[in-house]
Amino acid sequence: MTGPGTAAGRGRFRLRASQSRARTAAGFGLAAVALFAVAPLALGDFRLNLLAKYLCMAIVAVGIGLAWGRGGMLVLGQGVFFGLGGYAMAMHLKLADAGPGDLPDFMRLYGQVERLPWWWEPFTSPVFALAAVVLVPMALAFLLGSLVFRRRVRGAYFAILSQALAAAMAIYLIGEQGTTGGTNGLTDIQGFFGYDLADPANQRVVYFIVAACLLLMLAVARQLMLSRYGELLVATRDAEERVRFLGYDPARVKLVAYVVAAGMAGLAGALFVPAVGIISPALIGVVPSIEFVIGVALGGRATLVGPALGAVGLAWAKTALSEQFPAGWTYFEGLLFVLVVAFLPGGLGSVAGLVRRRRAVPAGAPEAPEAPPGVRPGGPPEVPSFLDPRAASSSPLEGTVDGAVDGALEAPAPGEPTREVAP
Amino acid sequence: MTLVFSQLFTGISIGAVLLLIALGLSLTFGQMNVINMAHGEFIMAGAYTVYVLQQVISGAGVSLLVALPVAFLVAGAMGVVLERLLIRRLYTRRLDTLLVTWGVSLLLQQLARDVFGAPNVQTQAPELLTGSVKILSTGAGDLVLANSRLFILALALLAVAALTLLLRATPLGRRVRAVVQNRDLAAASGIATGRVDRVTFFIGSGLAGVAGVALTLVGPIGPTMGTNIIIDAFLVVVVGGIGQLKGTVIVAFALGMMQSLVEYSTTISVAKVLVFLAIVAFLQWRPQGLFTLRTRSLA
Repeated sequence: MTGPGTAAGRGRFRLRASQSRARTAAGFGLAAVALFAVAPLALGDFRLNLLAKYLCMAIVAVGIGLAWGRGGMLVLGQGVFFGLGGYAMAMHLKLADAGPGDLPDFMRLYGQVERLPWWWEPFTSPVFALAAVVLVPMALAFLLGSLVFRRRVRGAYFAILSQALAAAMAIYLIGEQGTTGGTNGLTDIQGFFGYDLADPANQRVVYFIVAACLLLMLAVARQLMLSRYGELLVATRDAEERVRFLGYDPARVKLVAYVVAAGMAGLAGALFVPAVGIISPALIGVVPSIEFVIGVALGGRATLVGPALGAVGLAWAKTALSEQFPAGWTYFEGLLFVLVVAFLPGGLGSVAGLVRRRRAVPAGAPEAPEAPPGVRPGGPPEVPSFLDPRAASSSPLEGTVDGAVDGALEAPAPGEPTREVAP
Repeated sequence: MTLVFSQLFTGISIGAVLLLIALGLSLTFGQMNVINMAHGEFIMAGAYTVYVLQQVISGAGVSLLVALPVAFLVAGAMGVVLERLLIRRLYTRRLDTLLVTWGVSLLLQQLARDVFGAPNVQTQAPELLTGSVKILSTGAGDLVLANSRLFILALALLAVAALTLLLRATPLGRRVRAVVQNRDLAAASGIATGRVDRVTFFIGSGLAGVAGVALTLVGPIGPTMGTNIIIDAFLVVVVGGIGQLKGTVIVAFALGMMQSLVEYSTTISVAKVLVFLAIVAFLQWRPQGLFTLRTRSLA
């Protein structure tokens, strides 16, 4: 028995923990070097700017990894939070571009708006705008999440609901053209807190800000995943009812991850605006929202860096391939997605692990030797209930009931990344 | 007064379209507990069936009538292939099925774009369905109903009736209901659940094809037509509850009515948001949908 409960297990656990801490530190160091030294030196201004855009996607992906990979909530509407952050930032930048007391250019262009709508007013303040970037998405996620999770709306129901939210938001933005820019969105953003975005040097600074934010969010996600809360989140994903029986409130556990993911998406949206210079309904609707999830699935949903790498990889492949073969790209994306989700639920990163396991087991031998009935793998042989000392002191009926309850609450098989209790 | 009636009828006809789309979806969702995101593309396949048949058969009315069974078969066959190849393998990971079928829908959309071209295509509506019927004549104005809308309403009601009959009165329907209620117990009683799954998927997807035929009468036919309507259909299924047709029927008409009335008093974009809020509020009251199968499971 080498579980974490025994002395040997504890020792191994501590060793593993310190090893993983060293590895994480090394990983963060490498990532920092790659992002802050190698990339700016190796890439030209144009490519670096593209990378900044990809890193924004990666920040969204880190949040999805937390909510979906660890929490089991299939969030198909992260574009909403991305969009809220993006629009909050873009509204402030548009107002700053227009100058005090003046309307943003598109409002005058469409000619429907005489004076600034009341909900634009607060965004003249940079402090308000910066706070709103994160707080508005988190507030919406809190509101929706606390309504939905408390009533145990989950699984496909939750996924559809989050997707419908994305659809409703995109339709709303398009419909209210006079005050939101409609289909075009908020475009042509010139300055970023007094700095000219057309200047390549300033674009580099934007890139550095994005990269720093990504590393920060990865650190936040890591802390959450390794904490007691992280354990609880995974437990809620795998057996929500059991967590409830243990006295925790699964709704609250899920809510935290959902709100954090929304905040990350909002931050990413806000950084996307200076990096790309536009935010529009086409960037936040149903399709882009699912594309965020594709990246996460490709990279490995339950890992820390997998989602970020997957998102960057997907965005890069999209730019590289769709320029050359626009039709081929859609086939490639669809096929990749189908194959990875269907056959590699751990993401592309899990291929190495699968190959290693295949090698470790000699050909022909079964992967996990099947335990004879009554023997738990790795544990002491289980005594049949009529010989069980516990059973001896109580009626045989109780033993049966006990066994039945045990079977009913059996934990899901390991290696199953997402399990859902059938509604 | 006329205005109220005409808004009501608009609501009913939106509801009829929603019902046709959601009917097949609720069947497959209830059966496998899987939301098939490619359902919208099966609808698209049905619509393109009309387009292709009109190239072959000249009469618009005849081709529409021929298209109904053909589209049913085409979409149904696509559904069976999807079920065999992918969905069956992902039985233990239902949420992943939602994603996989979305990938499939992406592939099918691109296929349609390559075969039929990205722009929308046109079909001819039969002459009988282009006119309208005067239902009511008042001083303020006439209440006029478009024939095509009436046709869709009739088609939707016919589909519901046929499906109800199938589920209630045939041995196949009994097996389907058994699998929906308790898959393991049904399997233990000797029902070949795999075969039932396949048949259900065939019927559910086939209904999507029929819905596609109906949609050619009211909207454009294009590669993205599936995605535009499918989310509303999902909402109908979610709000209606699993495994029972009456929930789908009631909710489809309720949502259609609500959409029409809210749209009339505000704008289409505000209406979408309000309908969404209403659905979230509704799920507070009945998180599993309007009608649920009572089970003893914890969830």
